[in-house]
Amino acid sequence: MRKYYTKIDNIAGNVATLKATNVGYDELAIVEGSWGSSLAQVIRVNGDTVTLQVFAGTRGVSTGDKVSFLGSSMKFSFSEDLFGRIFSGSGEARDNRGELTDNLIEIGGPAVNPAVRLMPHRMIPTNIPMIDVFNTLVEGQKLPIFSIPGEPYNELLARIALQAEADVIIFGGMGLKYDEYLYFKNRLEEGGAMNRSIMFVHTASDPVVECLQTPDLALTVAEQFAIQGKRVLVLLTDMTNFANALKEISITMEQIPSNRGYPGDLYSQLASRYEKAVVFEEGGSITLMAVTTMPGDDVTHPVPDNTGYITEGQFYLKGGVIDPFGSLSRLKQQVNGKTREDHRAIMDGCIQLYSKCRETREKRAMGFEMSDWDLKLLAYGDSFEKEIMSFDANVGLFDALKQCWEILADHFEPRETGIRSNLCDQFWPKNS
Amino acid sequence: MSMIGRIVTVYGNMVTAEVEGIVRQNAVAYCKRADGVKLMSEIIRVRGKLVDMQVFELTRGLKVGDDVEISDELLSVELGPGLIGMVYDGLQNPLAELATNYGNFLTPGHYLKALNREKLWDFTPVASIGSLVKASDNLGKVQENIFDHYIMAPFTLRGEWKVKSVAPAGKYRVEDIIATLEKDGETMDINMIQRWPVRMPLGLYKQRLLPTQPMVTKQRIIDTFFPVMLGGTYCIPGPFGAGKTVLQQNTSRYADVDVVILAACGERAGEVVETLREFPHLADPRTGGTLIERTIIICNTSSMPVAARESSVYTAITLGEYYRQVGLNVLLLADSTSRWAQALREMSGRLEEIPGEEAFPAYLETSIARFYERGGIVELNDGRVSSLTVGGTVSPAGGNFEEPVTQGTLKVVGAFLGLSYARSYARRFPAIDPLESWSKYSGVIDTQKVVWAHKFLKRGKTINEMMQVVGEEGTSIDDFVIYLKSELLDNVYLQQNSFDEVDAACPVERQRYLFDLVSETLNHEFKFADKAEARDTFFTLTEQFRNWNYTPWETAQLKEIEATIKETLASKEATNA
Repeated sequence: MRKYYTKIDNIAGNVATLKATNVGYDELAIVEGSWGSSLAQVIRVNGDTVTLQVFAGTRGVSTGDKVSFLGSSMKFSFSEDLFGRIFSGSGEARDNRGELTDNLIEIGGPAVNPAVRLMPHRMIPTNIPMIDVFNTLVEGQKLPIFSIPGEPYNELLARIALQAEADVIIFGGMGLKYDEYLYFKNRLEEGGAMNRSIMFVHTASDPVVECLQTPDLALTVAEQFAIQGKRVLVLLTDMTNFANALKEISITMEQIPSNRGYPGDLYSQLASRYEKAVVFEEGGSITLMAVTTMPGDDVTHPVPDNTGYITEGQFYLKGGVIDPFGSLSRLKQQVNGKTREDHRAIMDGCIQLYSKCRETREKRAMGFEMSDWDLKLLAYGDSFEKEIMSFDANVGLFDALKQCWEILADHFEPRETGIRSNLCDQFWPKNS
Repeated sequence: MSMIGRIVTVYGNMVTAEVEGIVRQNAVAYCKRADGVKLMSEIIRVRGKLVDMQVFELTRGLKVGDDVEISDELLSVELGPGLIGMVYDGLQNPLAELATNYGNFLTPGHYLKALNREKLWDFTPVASIGSLVKASDNLGKVQENIFDHYIMAPFTLRGEWKVKSVAPAGKYRVEDIIATLEKDGETMDINMIQRWPVRMPLGLYKQRLLPTQPMVTKQRIIDTFFPVMLGGTYCIPGPFGAGKTVLQQNTSRYADVDVVILAACGERAGEVVETLREFPHLADPRTGGTLIERTIIICNTSSMPVAARESSVYTAITLGEYYRQVGLNVLLLADSTSRWAQALREMSGRLEEIPGEEAFPAYLETSIARFYERGGIVELNDGRVSSLTVGGTVSPAGGNFEEPVTQGTLKVVGAFLGLSYARSYARRFPAIDPLESWSKYSGVIDTQKVVWAHKFLKRGKTINEMMQVVGEEGTSIDDFVIYLKSELLDNVYLQQNSFDEVDAACPVERQRYLFDLVSETLNHEFKFADKAEARDTFFTLTEQFRNWNYTPWETAQLKEIEATIKETLASKEATNA
């Protein structure tokens, strides 16, 4: 028999407290009132006082609303029926198709034992040279896209989703504008990927607590598929909205903020989501691509800063291109030694020269005379940007490497490139 | 003896219980969920009848009124032969065994014994019957990999005890009795296992010594410019992406020590996995075995419960102290101490303590200092010298070294290897900033020579900055050459390619040789017609030196490359004509 409580004592922000007994930490509750009902989660028990985080927010909640406890933490139905479906951050159907109730699984379970993880070792080709050549994406990696609002990060995310081979695509949208949600939905449908996709969408107008649930739902479902041996790609956008939701809740809970209002456990909160990326010994994997918008293009802002310490690199999207400085795939070394012997040398050589080109541009901007060497660097930089860095570049790895060698040969002598002589002997275009 | 308390509050990983009777600060307690699962916890505050505990597991499902079993034992680790090669979580549960028994996930409530109870060890008695022993005196030894692992009298032994009997040489399990001690008619049976509370320093030695012997890491920039000593302490602060972890991994592979303890504290699981999967296959040049045979991994990654993260660094350093006590040179690498500090901050917040800077607790600095001070080189009771070197990475928010953890650490360490964004963006690895970093120790190359070479780096930077303002044409050729020399030193000596088989590890002998060769170039009086020629010559030199770095030691080819370097130098020699 379910027990109902009909007296709420405090209501503030998205948090409500009431007197209740025999309630477990993290347990789920339902708050029912005249404005509708909402799920809520127990975030503190103190004696007989229970603190609830109300998913739909407390607007319109009355102190006389009915509260009942479900006796367990949040669960979600898992089966093949999920494909092609769209859900909200509280796990309700968003696509006017029925709710699913079979095979309930617990959301946000314990971490994977590091001893059963495998080292990510398989390259994910994307046909984007700035990724494939310079910062290779690896199956099982967790990698955010850092960018300021306004950059085509969602386009990049969608392009990677459609071009990378994955058995299952799980999309988690947090604080999305409605048209962004429709954009992803349309891209997945047009790309013919919807039948292997599942979407969890929290839009900017939905209750903020649901924003917190969205990545957990997406990742728990992903984990189940990965255990079955599936290669899962999870896309999360935008994690900054998720962090802001955390901030909102923790301030309501009167926690002492650590940095710019964010709670002290921001790192752990982000990490417990990102760390779901995994390669299991049995073959399944979760690759996690996320978007982190940087307020004011400030990478030292707590959200990108903490994210950078958690993830295995990051792609900086700047001026519509993946910026080679600051972009990093930490796992690229796991795969780029096995692609072709010149891969690493080209990766380092081209970027070192491009970095020098940028310095030279600064000198030029200050009106200095350009030496022959400077002019070489400038010409190289222009070709490199046009042919390799451009967002339109859409070629496979080996073609991209070939292009790089050609650009180098157009502008430099082999020894000026800093690339080992034996590689230059082998790969330097002969006709130049 | 344990007591039963009753839960009154659950908030995150903090649980408050009401208990009648005597409780001990930092004692272990178990919160009992309604389904019978017991969650390990530690008492961190006592307020009258109320005790606050940090729970080392997810607290999901705990209820007000649930039982808490409160023990009198402090949070402790198990010490003895068989720790090496193991992978433990922050509470010393063996992770591989957890996976075998309980599957892919770290479900709460499973605790396993740290040492293998079945394995047989070749025991040789050392103490003679009738002799007197104190705490930590050797009773016997077993062979652990290539080391003599001394089995010692209990660390908690009070006064001198007489050895009543010692087991004869033979094969024993860790729980078998290997000696019996007696004092005032009381007898005590000794096996190979000891327990020690992690928060108490284990320091049973004659005296602490001054570190004097460099710990060779085979990284040129460290060994030559910013050396670390056996028994010393150092820190590696750096923004993300600057290569902290790669540097730690290289150190753990190549450092010239007996035992390496890796404490992966709140960092990525992937990094631990890399070590875990690779070390069993990587040869240890010192021993002929594999690297895992000298490594212990304490792994509490970022998604594992935060309270266990806080204790994991203590678990790691206690194991380090233990192997120092055994008589070995130990290196502890803690990655990252910032995550540990954050765990302190999270708990402090839940305890509603008055926060200090950036909400870190006021005791942050003393906690850091106490941690690093547990390292050191010591003379043991029997006169042997052993050491525990501690290296910690720091992950400062926003890469800003002015934050409390970095500052608290800099005060107590002997060397500071600061990593810089700028260097890693320019792919200059290891990205240790040669102008910001410092070391109070002396290294493998004569200090005066190092200071002399270091001046080139400073001059080179000044000239480079000047050139940004006045342009290359406004710079004299002499200055320009000094700049090129500093770049050469940077490119071929400071930087090291950790993906090249040869260059990844540069032994001392080779470092000395290369240092002299580079010094010769720095000292060389060049004569150039113009800057283009100078630049061109240094391109050639850099390439030749790089090839030298990639070529195996003591080969004819290496001599050939050296000859080409000398040739280049001679061809541009200034003559006094």
